[in-house]
Amino acid sequence: MNLDINVSDKDSTAVVALAGEIDAFTAPQLKEQLLPLTKESGKVVEVNLENVNYMDSTGLGVFVSALKSTKENNSELKLVQLQDRVMRLFEITGLTDIINIDSTVRGGS
Amino acid sequence: MEPFDFIEIKVPAKAEYVGVVRLSTSGVANRMGFNYEDIEDLKVAISEAMTNAVTHAYQGAEEGEVTVGFGVYEDRLEVMVADHGGSFDLGKVKADIGPYEQSEPIENLREGGFGLFLIDALMDKVEINSDHGVIVLMTKYTQENKVGLDDDQISTTQ
Repeated sequence: MNLDINVSDKDSTAVVALAGEIDAFTAPQLKEQLLPLTKESGKVVEVNLENVNYMDSTGLGVFVSALKSTKENNSELKLVQLQDRVMRLFEITGLTDIINIDSTVRGGS
Repeated sequence: MEPFDFIEIKVPAKAEYVGVVRLSTSGVANRMGFNYEDIEDLKVAISEAMTNAVTHAYQGAEEGEVTVGFGVYEDRLEVMVADHGGSFDLGKVKADIGPYEQSEPIENLREGGFGLFLIDALMDKVEINSDHGVIVLMTKYTQENKVGLDDDQISTTQ
């Protein structure tokens, strides 16, 4: 019941690879690492959720605040490789309309 | 009265125990024969109720606990999540929940308002009582189309 957060830089893109569970306990750690990345103008922050097997509204909250920060700082947020269950939460809440989500490649197995 | 098994878990009102309750939920639901999708729904719904209890009820106070009760019935699981901390304004909370609407500017988007909305979307029935602390009572049936299945056995041509 932990979350591993691994940040690597690739040109102007910061790739944030997550593994584990995003809930009330781990979301604050994610927010702390993700938000500063979005403060850099022109930066693309790509979050890879391939190995996130559980997420709830606390995770949605982190991504919503990251999205707001990208609008303020002229950066970009992108979520990739979501597992079906995680994708479903973005769909139910209508957030797929405003967050850039690449769901062509699904995570999980 | 309808027979049922009852399981009660008390955990400290701290975020690190949300996952513990989630695992317990998964165990109870699995033993009842819920399918994978429904177990995942239950895990999210109960975690949301736990998160609310942990973050809202004991702001400022260090101590406190959350009680989770599982009522295991033949055809359904009832889960009660109760904190004994301060109550909140239920009307205000209800007014704040709902999916994101495209007409809303992103700046106004709430970051923590999806919890109760998700509970409502993922469970079959939800009741909230906020007289003394907050109690969330959630129900999920093991077979979603139970009524439809039973229909087959009832003659309607008499």
